[in-house]
Amino acid sequence: MRTVSLTIDGQQITAREGDNLLWVALDNGIYIPNLCAIRDKSEPMASCRLCFVEVEGKEQPVTACTETVTEGMIVNTRGTRALSLARRSFELLMASHSLDCAHCPKSGSCELQHIARYLGTRLKSKQLRELRRDLPIDDSHPQIIYDPNKCVLCGRCIWTCREHLGVGVLGFAHRGFQRMVTTFEDEPLAISKCDRCVECIGVCPTGALLPRNETKTRVTSES
Amino acid sequence: MNPKAKTVTQNNTGEEVSAEKEARDRQETLKILKSFGRKRENLIPILQKVQARLGYLPREAMMEIATHLGIPEIDVYGVVTFYNQFRLNPPGKHSIRVCLGTACHMKGGYITLDAWKRRLDINQGETTPDREFDLDTVACVGCCTMAPVTVVDNQPEGKVEPTKVDGILLAFELERGAEGQKTVR
Repeated sequence: MRTVSLTIDGQQITAREGDNLLWVALDNGIYIPNLCAIRDKSEPMASCRLCFVEVEGKEQPVTACTETVTEGMIVNTRGTRALSLARRSFELLMASHSLDCAHCPKSGSCELQHIARYLGTRLKSKQLRELRRDLPIDDSHPQIIYDPNKCVLCGRCIWTCREHLGVGVLGFAHRGFQRMVTTFEDEPLAISKCDRCVECIGVCPTGALLPRNETKTRVTSES
Repeated sequence: MNPKAKTVTQNNTGEEVSAEKEARDRQETLKILKSFGRKRENLIPILQKVQARLGYLPREAMMEIATHLGIPEIDVYGVVTFYNQFRLNPPGKHSIRVCLGTACHMKGGYITLDAWKRRLDINQGETTPDREFDLDTVACVGCCTMAPVTVVDNQPEGKVEPTKVDGILLAFELERGAEGQKTVR
């Protein structure tokens, strides 16, 4: 395998040719905000629009998850234009997020809080009008509480559910603003084919999927 | 879309969903599936054919299709709910399509939609229990000067304010009354 050398934020990095820029950065300890990136997935979803970086020679900021590393590439993850795009994407996400950190068990380990800190923005948008979805919370499952109003549609749970079960229980359905992670015919999780591995809870970056008894199972998330 | 609404409409279809009809629908679905390979790319053509035959996509049909293609049921459901052309409820005798395009939106199309919902006592994407009407929305039908538009049985009606909703429904009621009298005689 050929290797290439590139510079990210002034740091010299060698990576395998054809590797994905986002994962190369993350593996080398350089954080780029991301939600929808899934390492094993062949094609990135590129839907969260948070991983914007500036690459020298490119006119516009690009999403790191859709870039492959090339020899001599010079990347700036803290460029003003890239960060302002990421901030706006984050604001759009948060405009329909049911924000209730004070009562949310995920508070403290929530990736949204982490990203807000990194981007230096508030969780609650100042400019955008709040647009809540007010979907019913599914607490039918013995282990999982699913609050679709806190979901950012990253698709990590769907991916994990599929990898683990072979046949997935979770998936995307509906269109536009109504789009949500759900089960076949929007059935409650309890009567779905869920085999109770509860791995979806572990990968959820927000408080959308939580263990029923949050004192027993500690909520952890990889960032 | 409200997940609860669906269970209601499923119950609504009541008597028609007899075991006999279910078995017939299943036969039809399996017959259509036989003519398609098991590739995922066949999903939309299959859905279109099944809907053309059955009028809508019942739960059982979606499950058969998922099994045939070897994909999760939720993926079939995801596609069905994504595209406007697919319906989860049996069609009514009369179709009501409320336009929510830009012009109709500005002229209060959502008020018209509310009026339909209130009068028919169903949500968009649903069918009345007596299978007379099904209600849905469209995004522009190309006659914006008539906004707000409702397409009733493929016939665009212009300036549909809530009072006109009542008028259209009254016309249907009269028509039904006349038909009823005919059969009595």
